[in-house]
Amino acid sequence: MKRRFSFSMVGLLVGGLLLAAMPVALAQSGSLRLPKTVEAGSAFSIESTGSGEAVLYIVGPGQVLKRKIRLGEATFFAPGDLHNAGHYLAVIVADSSTQNGAFDVTAHEPAALSFLAKPSRVAVDLRDGISGVVYVFDTFQNLVLAPTQVSFQLSGAAGAEQTRTVLSRNGVAWTKMNSAAKEGSGQFAAQVGSVTAERVIQQVPGDPCGLRISARPSGQRLTVQTDPVRDCSGNLVPDGTVVTFTETYNGGESTVDAPLKQGVARADLPAYSGVTISVATGVVLGNEIHWGKQ
Amino acid sequence: MTGRLLAIFIAAATVVLIAAGTLWPVPSAVAMAGSGSSLMSSSSSPQAAVEDLAGEIGRQDWTKAYAGLANKNEFTESEFVRDLTGTYPSLRTYATLDSSDLRPLHASADEAQIQLKLRWSTVVGTFLDTRTLQVVRSDDRWAVSWPIVKEPRVPPQVIPVNYLRWDVIYRGPADDWGAQDVEAPHVRIVDMHPVDRSDGVVIMGELLNEDVVPAFVTVKATLLAKDGSAIASEDSFDKISHVLLPKQVTPFLIAFHDLALSQVDSVHMDPSATLIAASADPVIEIEDQRLNAAPGASFTGKLINQSGQVVNVAHVLGTFYDKNGQLVWVADQFIDRALLPQTPVSFAMAIPADIAGKVSSERAIAATYSSGRPQ
Repeated sequence: MKRRFSFSMVGLLVGGLLLAAMPVALAQSGSLRLPKTVEAGSAFSIESTGSGEAVLYIVGPGQVLKRKIRLGEATFFAPGDLHNAGHYLAVIVADSSTQNGAFDVTAHEPAALSFLAKPSRVAVDLRDGISGVVYVFDTFQNLVLAPTQVSFQLSGAAGAEQTRTVLSRNGVAWTKMNSAAKEGSGQFAAQVGSVTAERVIQQVPGDPCGLRISARPSGQRLTVQTDPVRDCSGNLVPDGTVVTFTETYNGGESTVDAPLKQGVARADLPAYSGVTISVATGVVLGNEIHWGKQ
Repeated sequence: MTGRLLAIFIAAATVVLIAAGTLWPVPSAVAMAGSGSSLMSSSSSPQAAVEDLAGEIGRQDWTKAYAGLANKNEFTESEFVRDLTGTYPSLRTYATLDSSDLRPLHASADEAQIQLKLRWSTVVGTFLDTRTLQVVRSDDRWAVSWPIVKEPRVPPQVIPVNYLRWDVIYRGPADDWGAQDVEAPHVRIVDMHPVDRSDGVVIMGELLNEDVVPAFVTVKATLLAKDGSAIASEDSFDKISHVLLPKQVTPFLIAFHDLALSQVDSVHMDPSATLIAASADPVIEIEDQRLNAAPGASFTGKLINQSGQVVNVAHVLGTFYDKNGQLVWVADQFIDRALLPQTPVSFAMAIPADIAGKVSSERAIAATYSSGRPQ
């Protein structure tokens, strides 16, 4: 995950050296004592055989270490010296011989979560409407490939809490949740041990249900108003939703696109006799009323 | 010898053409020249008087135009200017006169009636301002009596508005990878028809904002050939209402010129929506909507601004359906005058003759722009 471009040129040079030395190294690989795996950021040591001075190279993904060592002694590496997970080669180059070996650096304990929660705004009462994907990382931003228990939790003022526990595969865990029947903000959390990441999911009302209007005279005009507009779960449809009032009369028509304000939409229309007034919002139609002589 | 003759001929022809152009200039050349009217003895006929006035209006020489009017005592020069450029900023304010036509309607020895068509250019196309002018003779010259249209004045008052708007906080540059951004609005094409027209292919349809937040929308269409290759790609440009409030529907029309539907195997539609800060006001009533039958089929009505703020530019979109409720045409018109609160402004949009017979019902929406407020 981490990119260390400053080491890339050194890596290339040392890689070339390794390729040149590879036949000899393979022949002598048994003489280098290495740990099989090292946890990223942990201290470790490498032991060699022989005597005299040599140079130890450790080459891995995005990281190269070079140490002057004495053959036959253990070389210690401090915590944090190797922090990128991956497969590493260790090569000891002496005047007359070369020793080499390989080991793996594995991710440390989970320390950070990248949590993708989609969508951030969802209609209420939608089955599997919310998805959450978690990538588990350690302190050094290595993807933790070991299976890890990830707990997902969707809670909030709206609806009962939902919990799912998923075992990560190749560092990734995912789940789907239902949106609540009541509108409101939901806290969608992912947790691994003591590490948590949280996202806010806005659960918003669905399409209006049972749209109804009434009319009353207002001077020379008619004031037409909706009842409080709710969705099929009884949630008030958000203010700003456009409601279209249409008045038809003698081959003529008047329309007003009025936004909901405090739950209702209101419009003033001409007060002709024998008019029909209808209402719609989006693709949802409401009732019709007839006013005056027919 | 031949060359010398040719040179003499070209020189003579040049002199003749310069003289002809000076004595009988075309109106547009007069307008461009600026002071051309003074070269001709203007106002020697009703037509010349109207031509002079049109030229002065084109050059925005308001003082000279006003000075030559026969009915100056009925209004001031500033009222005359406001009639032509608008009291409040609007399309008229920034328009330039593209061309003018006049048509004599009636004439006598001392009086004439002439129709003047002023074609103004704006950033959204041209609009036509047609005035019927009385031209009267005074001594040996003719003067135009200008039919002033005074913009209504809205009396000082307070109009309470329960103001509603949306503001958006987007994801910041410092946010981690994986930190979610605000969701783009969900929009859906609810109707779409490709139609073969004499001048090309037209894609018409309707787009619904099915979300609870406002959206800035565009629709792009790509015509695909049988082998899957793209023939052409266009977007709806101004034949759409770009700002859609929650649950609002806009028609759209995308024109592909010089193409036939027979060349097209399929159409790829690409609606896009961006979350924007927007206001739910002003509310515009569209009153007295009428379909006027052919010949000269049109859709007319009046816009009434029910809010308290002045709308500088209004755009009306008409969607026309056949008796089965199927979309058959989309037309639009920009309103050249500002919409003042509670003040009706008429609109009229033409419907093609071959479409007019099929139209059974219509739906109109108005998009607005007000300077100084987020849309």
